[in-house]
Amino acid sequence: MTDGIIARTTTITGHGGDEIEAYLAHPLDGDAQPSVVVLHHMPGYDRASKEIARTFAVYGYAALMPNLHHRYAPGAKATDAAAAAREAGGVPDEQCLGDVQAAVDALRARPESNGKVGAIGYCSGGRQSWIVACTLDVDAAVDCYGGRADPALAPDLRCPLLGLFGEEDQSPSPDDVAAMAKALDEAGKDYEFHSYEGAGHAFFSVDRPAYRVDAAKDGWKRIWAFFGERLQGG
Amino acid sequence: MCTYVTTTAAVAGSAYDGEEWFGVDRAVVYFDHPQDAPVDHALCVDVWGGAARVAIELDAASARRLAEAILATLDHDEVAALTG
Repeated sequence: MTDGIIARTTTITGHGGDEIEAYLAHPLDGDAQPSVVVLHHMPGYDRASKEIARTFAVYGYAALMPNLHHRYAPGAKATDAAAAAREAGGVPDEQCLGDVQAAVDALRARPESNGKVGAIGYCSGGRQSWIVACTLDVDAAVDCYGGRADPALAPDLRCPLLGLFGEEDQSPSPDDVAAMAKALDEAGKDYEFHSYEGAGHAFFSVDRPAYRVDAAKDGWKRIWAFFGERLQGG
Repeated sequence: MCTYVTTTAAVAGSAYDGEEWFGVDRAVVYFDHPQDAPVDHALCVDVWGGAARVAIELDAASARRLAEAILATLDHDEVAALTG
């Protein structure tokens, strides 16, 4: 075991056949690696989101994060691409799903893959992870405080779901989370939600005032347990 | 919270990016997580001219002060006489 990882920008063929950049991080060791698609937050394909991908690699996962803003400003800094995507009206869900499917395919095609792929997203990416879990063939999904997620999709959930939320968040609010849980209960789906007292939106973000160390530490533990049970082996 | 509350205004004039001036035609205003400002949410303004952009991120109170300063300036008697 080298205990090493490698991380770099690569290219995938996303929705509509568009070539988009994606950030790939994976362990150097292991021939049966589980995989995760990382969905970045609204500020974009930034340093903090790439750090999350590298963290997955440190824990033994191959992580691929498509730049959902790439089309709007190819080659631009994350901050400019995010602004360009917003100015264009935001990323359509259908386009996001096409890009995520391409990332799933790329991860499963790696010779070192064990064939299992999860999805995780933060903020706007949390909502996108929810839509992915209800639409695409992934093995597990994590929604980290995705606001504006539609509970009506609950009957379509296709994989186990972990939701991590802050009780002081306004989007998703505790009522929004309760509505999601109710819909999932009624649909008889496999899910677990955790809402952290004293935490609001973006409590995983170590470089923002919203960071809450206790919530973030417990959240990461739950992510490793959840993905470990569902993505490792195979 | 991701508010997605975005308002776009047509504007005319120029902006300076630290190296050169460029013509601008639209301003996108939103309240969301900032890229850099040390607050959970910020009032953000992107002023665009083609693909060129200048951006600011302000906490809500200072954004309001800026808006009030702009309006106070435009509403000043001497300015109002010039702008009609």
